[in-house]
Amino acid sequence: MEVGERTIPLAKSVARNTLLARVRSYLAPIPLMGWLFGALVAVVLEQTVGLPLALVEQTVGLPLALALGLTGIPGLFGLRIMLTRPALIPSAAAYVLLVYALPTLVVARLSAPLANRLARKLLDRFPLMVSLMVHLALFYATVHLWGGISAYRILFLRFIFISIILTLSLNLVNGYMGEFSCSHPGFMALGAYGASVLTVLLFVNDDVFGAPLLPPALGPFLFPLALIGGGLLAALGALVVAIPSFRTRGDYLAIISLAFMFIVKSVIENLEIIGGPRGFMNQPKWADLPTVFAWTAVCVWTIYNFTRSTIGKAMCAVRDDETAAAAMTINTRRTKMATFLFAAFWAGVAGGLFAHVIGYINPGTFGVYKLSEVLAMVYLGGLNSVVGSIAGALGIQVLIEVLRPLELWKWIAIPVLLIVLMIRRPTGLFAFTEVNIKDLLQPRQTLRRSSVQVPGEER
Amino acid sequence: MTLATFFQHLFNALQWGSFYALIALGYSMVYGVLMLFNFAHGDIFMVGAYIGFFVSSGLVAFASLGIIALPNWLILMLTIVLAMFLTSFVGMLVERVGYRPLRGAPRASAAITGLMIGIVLETGNLALLGARRRSFPVLIATQSYQLGPVTVTNTKIMIVFLSILLMLGLHQFVRRSKWGMAMRAMAYDFVVVPLMGVPLNTIAALTFGLGSALAAAAGIFFGIAYPILEPYMGLLIGWKAFVAAILGGRGSVLGAALAGFLLGFIEIFVAAVFPSTLRDVIAYSIILLILTFRRSAQAVI
Repeated sequence: MEVGERTIPLAKSVARNTLLARVRSYLAPIPLMGWLFGALVAVVLEQTVGLPLALVEQTVGLPLALALGLTGIPGLFGLRIMLTRPALIPSAAAYVLLVYALPTLVVARLSAPLANRLARKLLDRFPLMVSLMVHLALFYATVHLWGGISAYRILFLRFIFISIILTLSLNLVNGYMGEFSCSHPGFMALGAYGASVLTVLLFVNDDVFGAPLLPPALGPFLFPLALIGGGLLAALGALVVAIPSFRTRGDYLAIISLAFMFIVKSVIENLEIIGGPRGFMNQPKWADLPTVFAWTAVCVWTIYNFTRSTIGKAMCAVRDDETAAAAMTINTRRTKMATFLFAAFWAGVAGGLFAHVIGYINPGTFGVYKLSEVLAMVYLGGLNSVVGSIAGALGIQVLIEVLRPLELWKWIAIPVLLIVLMIRRPTGLFAFTEVNIKDLLQPRQTLRRSSVQVPGEER
Repeated sequence: MTLATFFQHLFNALQWGSFYALIALGYSMVYGVLMLFNFAHGDIFMVGAYIGFFVSSGLVAFASLGIIALPNWLILMLTIVLAMFLTSFVGMLVERVGYRPLRGAPRASAAITGLMIGIVLETGNLALLGARRRSFPVLIATQSYQLGPVTVTNTKIMIVFLSILLMLGLHQFVRRSKWGMAMRAMAYDFVVVPLMGVPLNTIAALTFGLGSALAAAAGIFFGIAYPILEPYMGLLIGWKAFVAAILGGRGSVLGAALAGFLLGFIEIFVAAVFPSTLRDVIAYSIILLILTFRRSAQAVI
């Protein structure tokens, strides 16, 4: 009796395993580049199928979507429809299957030999960087075309990228450094206001700041400098937190950074020249999708390399055991300060981008709620992991968008979901794991057995 | 600032500081015993105020219907006791749901669940009771007394007196009782002390319960002093009391209470001397300075 009960689920799991194994072996020869080809074709398909109607009526709508009974192209893979109009779920699923999943799969599988050869050539003949650039370009083309359908998608994508920068920079402090910092909204505010003041002062005819000091045509080219200026201002602010906090280890940073956040918000509210509590507007909206994407790519690249640099390793040593690290001739205080300032710089850049996406900022944005949001992203994704931070930022932003129809209940659903997730996986989704870039870009010529796992994919 | 206005502000600061002190005690005890931040505590304060509101409204309704005949001061005392009792269960629930499952996890994970429970409490309140602000029933008519040039009201005296009484009670509990001794032992070492037969889960629940009860008292006092309740009332005051709690030293009852009063004093006097919009800038810059020059934060209950 007991044996019989046991064998049935076992047989089932074996059957599932073989099916899974078959799917896996079917997908195994597809390299990352193949998937990117597939996704690109899928989004092009979405565009061109929609094109005739767009030409006729000047509206963005897919004949296919309309034929399926949808009111237009689903904004986020039909995820939002689930809650607003449940009757349309099958149509949305069919749309996703027909427009995204099927073409991606077919093209990825068919182009696999070509993609493999290309990936091999890129890796063999050129440095890793070139291969990475090609992949990034393919990825960006996909994202750009996907976003091109509607302004809503573009805005959504930009918020995701900004959140990724913010989450990564906080992960540097709370994860790699092992402290608990609460001041990221403050740094973001400093960066946002710093960059905004620079752009408005230099390139915009504003009521308060007067005529532009430089020809506005130069603006988009000097915009990166303004962002860097904002980032440096945030780093300067971080110095105020870092000097008192890093004398001793412990939970001092938590409250000093919290106090700093209150101070920043209050200072901004008292500065009438930048609008005080009413907020600051008139920023030119230069942070378009390519700009935000480029900054995100640079941020991920620098932070990824930072964690692998000498100072990054020193930082991890300080986190694990400060005394031992000091005995190994690490200047612990300087390491911590450098990391903290570096993280604050990126939070400032994220703030600057945020200001130039919306074209309006007010001090209320950078408060306790922003803090909860960023902390949730970091800890959902997992500490000490670049991949984790990206996943966390993406996850929370998608959740916020998808659950928007729930209105108020959204802020019950998301926290409850997070609580359950934290209890199930206390360290977050991908803590302490990292993807090896070279492995990721490798061609997959040999058919892998399903039992062989790609390094970094376990857990 | 004349001496009269000084005493006037001093009295206001005592009242304002007693809110911070009562809330900070909850943070401080959890931090001392479990080494964790209870970020839901500000919202437990809010829940306590709402529970107090419903209890007192109910009692007033009963009294006016003639079912029970109670004088107003007795209603108030009953409200405080009942609300403290009920809110302590909210605190224990938070511990059970958000903290106990994460006992072995990284410390920050539990802080995140606490933060999320806080958001659930706020939004849940907003969703269930609506955005309408509620005003706390007036149980004791405010009477002003002139002490020379200084005006004091009976509610302020009562709030400050009861707050200090509660703090002293907690202090005695932690110092004298067996449970308090267990808490202090746990604060020294929460790995070894459970091996000596002290139940960790019970002590953790007790810590959360006690802290929440004090927060509920603070909520009711807040409702009496500023009779408007809204779902987000615990947000800012909670985070500020958190600053006071850590400022007071790890798990120190006396330290947290004093730091709470200190924060109240700083805020009130800064607002009195400078334009009140500058209050947060100057108050927290002072805190920053204190923290910069303070050597150690290792006081234990």
